Amino acid sequence: MSRLVLTDVSRRFGPVTAVDRFRLTLAPGEFVSLLGPSGCGKTTTLRMIAGFLDPSEGTIAMDGRTISSPGSSLPPEKRNMSMIFQSYAIWPNMTVAENVAFGLEVRRRPKGEIRERVGRILEVVQMGHLAERYPQELSGGQQQRVALARAIVVQPTVLLLDEPLSNLDANLREEMRYEIRRLHDEFHITTVYVTHDQAEAMVASDRIAVMNQGRVEQVDAPRALYARPRTRFVAGFIGRTNLLDGEVRGDDVAFDGFTVPRRAFPEPAAIQGRVAFSLRPQSIALHRQPPPPGSRAAVVPGQLVQRAYLGEYWDYTVRPAGSRLALRVTTRPYEVFEVDEKVWLDLDPGQMAALQPE
Amino acid sequence: MASDRSLVVWLLLIALLLLLVINPLARLLWASFEHPDTGAFTLENYVAAYGRWRHVEALINSLIVGLSAAVVCTVFGVPMAWAVSRTDMPAKGLVWAAVLGTFIMPNYLGAVAWILMAGPNAGWLNRLYSGLTGAAAGPFNVYSMTGLVLVIACYSFPYMFVFTRSALDLISSEMEDAASTLGAGALRTTLRVTLPLALPAIMGAFIVEFLEAIALFGSPALIALPARFQVMTTMLWQMFEFPPRVQVAAAYAMPLLFITVFLFWLQYRLIARKGFVALTGKGGERRLLRLGPWRWVLLGYCLLITSLSFFLPMLVILQAAFARAWGRGLSWDNVTLRNLRFVLFDQTATRMATVNTFVYAGAASIIALGLALAIAYIVARRLVPLGRVLTYVAMAPFVIPGIVLAIGFYAAYTTRPLVLYGTAWILILAFATRFLPIAYSNSDAALRSINPELEDAARILGGGRLLALRRIVAPLLRRGLAGAFILVFIPATRELSSAIFLYTTGTQVLSVLLFDKSDEGNFELLSSMGLILVVVTVALVLLGFRLVGRDFLLRRTAT
Repeated sequence: MSRLVLTDVSRRFGPVTAVDRFRLTLAPGEFVSLLGPSGCGKTTTLRMIAGFLDPSEGTIAMDGRTISSPGSSLPPEKRNMSMIFQSYAIWPNMTVAENVAFGLEVRRRPKGEIRERVGRILEVVQMGHLAERYPQELSGGQQQRVALARAIVVQPTVLLLDEPLSNLDANLREEMRYEIRRLHDEFHITTVYVTHDQAEAMVASDRIAVMNQGRVEQVDAPRALYARPRTRFVAGFIGRTNLLDGEVRGDDVAFDGFTVPRRAFPEPAAIQGRVAFSLRPQSIALHRQPPPPGSRAAVVPGQLVQRAYLGEYWDYTVRPAGSRLALRVTTRPYEVFEVDEKVWLDLDPGQMAALQPE
Repeated sequence: MASDRSLVVWLLLIALLLLLVINPLARLLWASFEHPDTGAFTLENYVAAYGRWRHVEALINSLIVGLSAAVVCTVFGVPMAWAVSRTDMPAKGLVWAAVLGTFIMPNYLGAVAWILMAGPNAGWLNRLYSGLTGAAAGPFNVYSMTGLVLVIACYSFPYMFVFTRSALDLISSEMEDAASTLGAGALRTTLRVTLPLALPAIMGAFIVEFLEAIALFGSPALIALPARFQVMTTMLWQMFEFPPRVQVAAAYAMPLLFITVFLFWLQYRLIARKGFVALTGKGGERRLLRLGPWRWVLLGYCLLITSLSFFLPMLVILQAAFARAWGRGLSWDNVTLRNLRFVLFDQTATRMATVNTFVYAGAASIIALGLALAIAYIVARRLVPLGRVLTYVAMAPFVIPGIVLAIGFYAAYTTRPLVLYGTAWILILAFATRFLPIAYSNSDAALRSINPELEDAARILGGGRLLALRRIVAPLLRRGLAGAFILVFIPATRELSSAIFLYTTGTQVLSVLLFDKSDEGNFELLSSMGLILVVVTVALVLLGFRLVGRDFLLRRTAT
């Protein structure tokens, strides 16, 4: 049975629709991220799952039982969930150990068991030596670990995380991404993770739901999301990309300034009328000489208009001859071209992801 | 979330709020149109209230006193605020402490002190004048309109000082520099740039001073009555002489209520007006104006005013409290502890009043704070629809003069179904209501400083809302609420204007007793009672400093 099912969940605040017919199903033990720009409704969705907000429409079910519906919802304290907040929400009037023990005390576990479980979980998050400290005496990363321990120790049915890393500095953030995934691999708690940082989502998640303006654009595993974005928004939001608009003319697909034979695409039959593709910068190769014809489907002459050296790669901008497009191309650091140099672009139709029409 | 079991608690608390604020006001309004005997609708009360020249004259006197006192407060407060905020005047700490001391002194105790200082013939200043000039009598007479205005101004100018100072503190030196670079001298800059920037605050304070003065009961009763003139508050009090004419008093109080509500609204608009950088943005760096020798002149002015308001009055109160007879002056054989012992231990009435004062104030503070906190919480967490309205209800007593509130309480709770008159509860609840806005604004600020996620965290881990309140919110609020408790407790210990209408035998408090005893002319006893209040207040203020910080008392709360 599915652990968590959101069925056409909407939430309005006055005239504003924050979440619009959201659908998502989580299998037990799955880690799903809600990814999107600020204001896209991801936190609102999370707070509805937690029970802090009622949906305006739709239902949320956990293990087959409806827990949220318009007008009647199970209060947060009855859901056996845990949540990690943006501010960590570590209670400053309690020590680390007291913070972690709270959920077990509320569940009326015996004293000995509480002590034992608190001790064990603090070891897991490497905070055992700081159990008697007060939160004010901890660094941001340590507070984050306390928040994780406090949420996990109660063995929640669902763990919710609301941009938990946004208050940490860059290095620590990177470290904690892996920490969160490690804890998930250890405890297998069904997790919903809200973030606006795609790297965070890619590192930690089994699947990512990309949200925009209250709607889910696409739900997929990180690799599929990157390689096969289905909408313009997803293509642009996950990584950088080139958006190519074209139109089918006879046997060719015509783009601004060049054409590509239709049969070169993996599914030629699906390409009809006006089309749009996402092509990642690293899926384009650059050549100084025209490459020998043959297997290559689309070789386009162009001129290099801008370049930047970023250490790990080159970031070039190339204008195909007779086109207004400016294509981003990244190459390995030793593939050096000069600005204004005439180059040949080698496009691979196999890597061009067709986008849904707007 | 409406299914929350805590909802019952919230609804009960809202009912209590309505009982404390809305019911007295509604009953007041009702009483003003009610025939005393038949209970039928009538306008006779208004005719009785305003049909006599004596009554109208008292209203005019109130307006004269209010306006004059506000003008004097401005003359006192603005230069002092400017000196402390913007100049290199020495001994600022001393001036600040003296203003605080003035603030701590109940206005009626100040009136007693001024009677000792400027009473005709026997007053210290008059005797000093006679001693120096050989004249038979001194020129000072506190029992006059001028005397009343001066006494009222002495004890309310701290508001002007605080309002103006906080406005001046926000003006960055860049504003003044901009004028200087255009060739303006220090004086011109101050008059054309600095003070105009603080003008909305000064005008707002002017209104507050005016309202404070017309709502005051203590000083007018001690000074105006012997001087044979009346103001509105003393007139209202006389309407309550046996048998109380509640309906006429209610009608007579209506203009006072409406003037107050209107002017507070005006003041709010003045302060809220945008475009005055002084009140909207934190300025950059501030440098102090170098005054040269003039700084001593300014210090002299500040010390003169605080001498009138604090140093001299405190001196004569101390002398009288420890004197066998205050008129015999300063000498060791005139010193005694008899008065204090008498007040605290020997006399049943004063001993009881002392106990009552602190018990009632304590109970009122707890009720006000508990209620304010709950209402602030309900509003902040949107637990009921239209929560914002509750904010206005909780803040409403701020614009109700104490004396009007007392008449409302009398009208509401002397008849069935809820008879509180004659019990301590009517005093306690009236005090709680009167100072509810102080409690509310502090509770609201304290609550806002707590991230709601702290509470959410407790709930998602399985704790209910009430558990989250008890285990998380309450402990975190403790510190902030200690300060709020003191801020409510201090005015509650000295409250006179509402107590005077609601006490009965056995429920006197020190302020009432002090006023009652003023007829007998036993100033040693009055001073002793006043001194007890001042000492307790000072102790509480010092405690507040430790708990909350130095600015807590004169922070601009409730505006």
